[in-house]
Amino acid sequence: MRAVVTVTGKDKKGIIAKISTFLSEKGANIEDISQTILGEYFAMIMIVDISSITEELSVLAKECNELGKKIGMSVYMQHEDIFNAMHNV
Amino acid sequence: MFSKNDVLETIAMVEKEHLDIRTITMGISLLTCIRDTAEETAAKVYDLVCKKAENIVKTASDLSGEYGIPIVNKRVSVTPVSLITAAFPEKAPLVGKALDNAAKTLGIDFLGGYSALVHKSTADYERKFIRTIPEVLATTERLCASVNVGSTKSGINMEAVKMLGEAFKEAAYLTKEKDGIGAAKLVAFCNAVEDNPFMAGAFHGVGEADTVVNVGVSGPGVVKHALEQIPNADLTDVAEMIKRTAFKITRAGQLVAKEAAKRLNAQFGIVDLSLAPTPAMGDSVAQILEEMGIETVGGHGTTAALALLNDAVKKGGVMASSRVGGLSGAFIPVSEDIGMIRAAEKGAITLDKLEAMTCVCSVGLDMIAIPGDTPATTIAAMIADEAAIGMINNKTTAVRIIPAPNKGVGEEVSFGGLLGRAPIMPVHNCDSSRIINRGGNIPAPIHSFKN
Repeated sequence: MRAVVTVTGKDKKGIIAKISTFLSEKGANIEDISQTILGEYFAMIMIVDISSITEELSVLAKECNELGKKIGMSVYMQHEDIFNAMHNV
Repeated sequence: MFSKNDVLETIAMVEKEHLDIRTITMGISLLTCIRDTAEETAAKVYDLVCKKAENIVKTASDLSGEYGIPIVNKRVSVTPVSLITAAFPEKAPLVGKALDNAAKTLGIDFLGGYSALVHKSTADYERKFIRTIPEVLATTERLCASVNVGSTKSGINMEAVKMLGEAFKEAAYLTKEKDGIGAAKLVAFCNAVEDNPFMAGAFHGVGEADTVVNVGVSGPGVVKHALEQIPNADLTDVAEMIKRTAFKITRAGQLVAKEAAKRLNAQFGIVDLSLAPTPAMGDSVAQILEEMGIETVGGHGTTAALALLNDAVKKGGVMASSRVGGLSGAFIPVSEDIGMIRAAEKGAITLDKLEAMTCVCSVGLDMIAIPGDTPATTIAAMIADEAAIGMINNKTTAVRIIPAPNKGVGEEVSFGGLLGRAPIMPVHNCDSSRIINRGGNIPAPIHSFKN
């Protein structure tokens, strides 16, 4: 089972560090990271393996939102199926 | 595999364009609840609904968290109550109250199915049942009622049409302290569908499985945003863009519907992709039509634009899901759509234009406030007009009209929440009572004889 973590917002120091520390504490394993900076705008998309996460996905997703608010970014964690469903015929 | 842009597009749809799963509706058959008395039947109904749907709110909240898409409403639809109370129709309100209590226990906002199917003619128990509707709507909070008064196959039952005209008046009158909200929970249908997940017209058809999950997806804001990207495209390209967008939205619905059905131990019913507006800014069907190039909805060209929209939505939806059903198309409720409210306030949209629009969209005259002194026979005549459009065109049409008690043109009704607010629209003042009082049936059209 995999999920997609998306982080967007104004670029600042230490974003990747904070997010990846949080994810590893929760048992999620980062498989892929891609990141772009457009001017001051930062966008990062991570694919993470969630087979051995310590909480339910819906709970973890909410915690991601909250972590985002704390660091002034927008952070989402969603099951990958939603993107496969919407963007593949 | 999806690309980075796909991920960001989905997130933008939710964050900025109001993409949501509008409703997860569990259809529950009540046929096993029939007992000798109304009291026993009501008790059984309450227990069954509470048991079958006990996890609906939690499941919706889990799915919403996992997929990152809001699931706005959780609802239940049941077998038309007139069928399970046929032996004691005067006591049907007991079952209505039990259902309302079940809705409160479950924490869901609406429960549909206080309904009767009388499209060919009215049995005596149905006549008695229909008479209980206004009182039940006035004394319950979350229960919705509907009556199917006609179909392409059977014609229009004019006795039922007349009764419904009276029911709308009475339901509004009995809730006059709340602007006649009782009438907002009542729908008169022609060609009602058995798997519609949207309220107030949802009921669980007798041809359906025991327990079914139907999902309604929305997203007028997403479609409008997509069209804003191609302001100068011709209408062929506009249709294509709507179709593609509808496809993506429906896919999200299909995923949620399948998973919800699995977790709730029910059969996956259908996905209904209906562009259903809410009073929120940017969540309006009227504004899609305006984006297509009409200054104000209601202007000439509105019907053509709506026809294109409705058809393109269906095409995208059918491609995306193995089970498309319900109403699937575009809804045009006046009080629930900010663009419609504005057009009505300006006088740009009238009842006549709305009626024309219902010929090409997926429903009918929906959430329209009219003067409280409109005669019941005039309301019945409006229902007959809509039913005729549905019958002749092989489509579902509906009427949900609010004769606002003690109010007239220039004033407005306000229900708050999803039901919104509506300026009162003028109706034609000519008398229609003779045609309504004739009774009888409008025979089924010739094209219904396909056998």
